[in-house]
Amino acid sequence: MKIAVSARENNLDALVDPRFGRCRYFILADPETMSFETCPNPGADAAGGAGIKAAQFVVSKKADAVIAGEVGPHALQALEAGRVKVYTVSSGTVREVLDNYKNGKL
Amino acid sequence: MIIAVASGKGGTGKTTVAAGLAISMSAERKIQFLDCDVEEPDAHLFLRPSLLEKEPVFVPEPVVDQSLCDYCGRCMEVCAYNAIAVFERNVLVFPQLCHGCGGCSYFCPCRAIAEKGRIIGVLEAGRSGNMDFVHAVLNIGEAQPVPLVKAVKKRLNPECLVIVDASPGTSCPVVEAVRGSGFCLLVTEPTPFGLHDLAMAVEMTEALKIPRGVVINRSDLKYDDIIENFCLSRGIPLLLKIPFSREVAGFYARGVNMAEGIPEWRETFRELYQKVMVFSETVARYKR
Repeated sequence: MKIAVSARENNLDALVDPRFGRCRYFILADPETMSFETCPNPGADAAGGAGIKAAQFVVSKKADAVIAGEVGPHALQALEAGRVKVYTVSSGTVREVLDNYKNGKL
Repeated sequence: MIIAVASGKGGTGKTTVAAGLAISMSAERKIQFLDCDVEEPDAHLFLRPSLLEKEPVFVPEPVVDQSLCDYCGRCMEVCAYNAIAVFERNVLVFPQLCHGCGGCSYFCPCRAIAEKGRIIGVLEAGRSGNMDFVHAVLNIGEAQPVPLVKAVKKRLNPECLVIVDASPGTSCPVVEAVRGSGFCLLVTEPTPFGLHDLAMAVEMTEALKIPRGVVINRSDLKYDDIIENFCLSRGIPLLLKIPFSREVAGFYARGVNMAEGIPEWRETFRELYQKVMVFSETVARYKR
């Protein structure tokens, strides 16, 4: 199981970035083992279509789900096409939202 | 001669100046008025043209034949606007993001991408008195005004005195509207916001190498120095001041341009035209 969380910094205690398409980092984590990998979001500085680029990236990383603050309509369409589940959260750190995911609270 | 009217800040009086100039010059010159603010065209409200001709404007849009596609992702790589996304067994096109460059179709190794036309708005043309009038209206929800601005400018008749009313800002549609003009009038107001955006608009005209001059609208002598000092320090001619007057605003609110409502203004706008000609000719001579 691999979850992509939009994050403001590249560690587990970073706050979840409210934006999906233009978040600074994606933390790709396994909620069971809490092992993770951090990647800068290639969509962050896109002139347009940032959400699509970010979604494409998440799909290419074979993530099963995305946790972010907000996911725009284009990104949502792209994530659906890539069969990635989408969860939105209003606040929290990456660690907290992954715990919540694991405990079925999202 | 093509005179563009731009502003930087919105609501400073571009259309007031453009329409005033057109009305005032129409007695002595054949005028073509191009309203290039396709997102919010308003010059027709003041010039009241008969818009008899309507023509849809298309942009190319990629259509993927998924039976030919091998999902290699080349189209996605070449797209600078992220308007096409390729997944394992699916290709998504986002028409609102597509700029119609044709890159995806050109580079597709499977020849799976064709381009079809999509209507993004309507161009309307007609006459207002002895004036030629063209504008276009972007459909709601469309994100790209530039193809419509290009369609309007394609109608340009070099035999006329052409007045181009641009949209606010300094982004692509404004550049497209102003490009190719002989002179650009920059309409501003004596406020810090007016000054800030005027400075951006000046930079734009410099990048386009188009001579420019400033018109202060809602001139209020107490604060005009904010614009005057800027013009002085940058060597930009200040060509006209329109006072902050209830009379002008009253006519505007009834859809009557000041040059129509207050005939004395026609002479002032004709003088503005003379100044524009002097400056643009001087710049042209200097360039030679």
